[in-house]
Amino acid sequence: MAIEAFAPVVSNRLQARVLPGGRLHLHEGPIDLIIGAWGQPAEIVSAYRAAERRMTGLLDALCQDLPVLRATATGEAACSTGRRMQAAVAPYLSEVFLTPMAAVAGAVAEEVLSAMVQAATLSRAFVNNGGDIALHLAPGERLVLGAVDRPDRPALFGTATISAADPVRGVATSGWRGRSFSLGIADAVTVLAASAAAADAAATVIANAVDLPDHLGIGRVPAEALDPMSDLGARLVTRDVPWLSPPDIARALACGVTTARRLLARGGIVAAALHVQGRTELVETGRMMAA
Amino acid sequence: MSVEPKIDDGRVRCDACPVMCYIKPGLTGACDRYGNEGGQLVRLDPHVILDRSLQGAVPFLDRADDWDGDIVGGTRFVTAIGAGTTYPDYKPAPFIVASEIDGVDMVTVVTEGIFSYCGVKVKIDTDRHIGPEGSPVRAEGEAIGHVTTGEYGSQMLSLGGVHHLTGSGKKAGRATCAALLALSNGEAVELTVDAGVSMLVQSGQPPVINGAREERMRVGCGSATIGMFAKQWQGNIDEVVVVDDHITGVLSEHQAGKVLGIPETGVRMKGRRSTPGRYFEVAGPGTGWGGTDISDPLTILGPFDPKVARPGLRMLMVSTTGEQAAYFELDEALRPIERDMPAPVVFSVDRIKENCEPALCTVLFMAGAGGSLRAGVTENPVRLTTSVKNALIRVTCGGAPVFIWPGGGITFMVDVALVPKNAFGYVPTPALVAPIEFTMRRDDYARLGGHMSHLRPLADVLAETSARQIAPRVGPWPLKPLPRS
Repeated sequence: MAIEAFAPVVSNRLQARVLPGGRLHLHEGPIDLIIGAWGQPAEIVSAYRAAERRMTGLLDALCQDLPVLRATATGEAACSTGRRMQAAVAPYLSEVFLTPMAAVAGAVAEEVLSAMVQAATLSRAFVNNGGDIALHLAPGERLVLGAVDRPDRPALFGTATISAADPVRGVATSGWRGRSFSLGIADAVTVLAASAAAADAAATVIANAVDLPDHLGIGRVPAEALDPMSDLGARLVTRDVPWLSPPDIARALACGVTTARRLLARGGIVAAALHVQGRTELVETGRMMAA
Repeated sequence: MSVEPKIDDGRVRCDACPVMCYIKPGLTGACDRYGNEGGQLVRLDPHVILDRSLQGAVPFLDRADDWDGDIVGGTRFVTAIGAGTTYPDYKPAPFIVASEIDGVDMVTVVTEGIFSYCGVKVKIDTDRHIGPEGSPVRAEGEAIGHVTTGEYGSQMLSLGGVHHLTGSGKKAGRATCAALLALSNGEAVELTVDAGVSMLVQSGQPPVINGAREERMRVGCGSATIGMFAKQWQGNIDEVVVVDDHITGVLSEHQAGKVLGIPETGVRMKGRRSTPGRYFEVAGPGTGWGGTDISDPLTILGPFDPKVARPGLRMLMVSTTGEQAAYFELDEALRPIERDMPAPVVFSVDRIKENCEPALCTVLFMAGAGGSLRAGVTENPVRLTTSVKNALIRVTCGGAPVFIWPGGGITFMVDVALVPKNAFGYVPTPALVAPIEFTMRRDDYARLGGHMSHLRPLADVLAETSARQIAPRVGPWPLKPLPRS
């Protein structure tokens, strides 16, 4: 990518820089975006500028909505990012405990990607918000994603090839080793879905379902003991998982697979890869992922 | 809005971003970058330790020590990156590390300096005219420095400095600080020069001037180019003019042509003749041929002398990088007519290009550790300066070698490309935060009034969980023993 003409903004809060290979890095507070775009150099520059513009003030607006998004208050979020989060978790609210915060990373990625695609003609683009990724693919284009099974110890376990014809524009990963709290014991659950926010919410739901509720060796702590403002309140979140026996691993994965199949059947996800201590289960209809 | 419960469980509220996390002791906020350490909000950017054994992950090298005969023991060096500062000034430096290198007890005093007196010198390898010397250089529309005197094949910028940081208003100070920080951390910054160009400057990268990426640095001045290639042109061509804003060279008149017996051609140059075959000011400075303002090289020639010139005479005009070149033959009226370049001439132009080095921007960070920072090292600050001057103390910046400017104070310069990534920070005053380490023999440290009670063994520092070990970049290993005082 030729992005010589792009000079990133340097401000006190939003940090922007061009990484080797021409990717753009935007960072503010907990938001950390790696952005890539393909197209004419001038279009890439326009897209990067649009990404910066969209990020400016995004976190402020989102924080205004936090009481609603943490579900300590009711009502519709005022900012579009917040409304994306609410829409992404809506399908699950009658079944499991979930707040819009479950989709925050994916929703931010989508907001920024959508600003880029509106501002410029791109053949392909991605916005990766700490592993939750929004994708743009023009007709006929495809993108190969590398997938890791332990976010804290990245090593590729496989790849997923996404073509423009596939109904996938979002990828997200959730697990107890990640930055957000998880109720389950999956090292990682990676989901392909129609949008990044939808993938984010679904990955959270499936990762929460990968569990051994009666296993005494699993360290669990009330979320509010770790983060007084957590949307999870007094719910127990996973802090430590001992080495598990093969039957226990299979049992935990089976619970997650049941949930993932249910979501697949009703169109909530396109594919999911579930990882527990080196074992992987794939749930998909076609052959999206290759281990 | 819910009222936040007031619980005294040691939580702190982080105000680094609008999320405003409450952080419990021992935990981090949503960003994982700020944490609560014993009731204090701390930034958790890891403290960087250079580990020489990580250098060059080449499989056939088991131990880094095997490959450099110059290295004498000690594979780990504690840098000041992420170490924290000595504010308020009398506090001992955050890390005063004792280690033994080759049987010699060494001490490294490690601190991050807050530099209100700092700036960067930028060397931009280009012959293109970027703007008049002394012209203000702007970032985000604010003047942050100026174009300084040109050097060999390069334009020079002097940016920052105390007046731009603190003396020209809040907005200019902030823009200066942001640009210095980005340049020092190896990021690209867009700069504009009053009455000059707009350019993208980044350490270790080619400059992009008015949207065009500079590929090559000149092979030499116009006169040097004549000297270098005269012999290769002889026989293939009758006349060569190397167009250069500084010194344009003419083969037949140049000493190199004379020595080879190349006959006169009757070419007549505009500009001011310096010595035979060397012309100054053949055109104005600009971004055209050889750093001049011309796009048609014939504009620097007068009519050929009819007493000397002859029809069919072959002439090459070429810039100092070979990027611009044109071939002419004289017609019956002795007018140069552009023709397709014959193969041997194409070859010689390619040879010029091939001998050009890649054009780069290089950034030297310059700062003065004259005053308060020294107190963190010793109770008797002037002895630190004297010892540095006497070469009893090695000063490094994130482990990278520095040049110490002679004279008063500890004013140093460092190539930011040798400093580990993201080593520089800032404080809103505005000033830059840069790592600085002072390494010396333990007995010398005691002699200059060092904080001996704060010495910590290297192993203790290495055991700290927040330390990040990285491979050093190019440069001598900072812990080489120093001469005995």
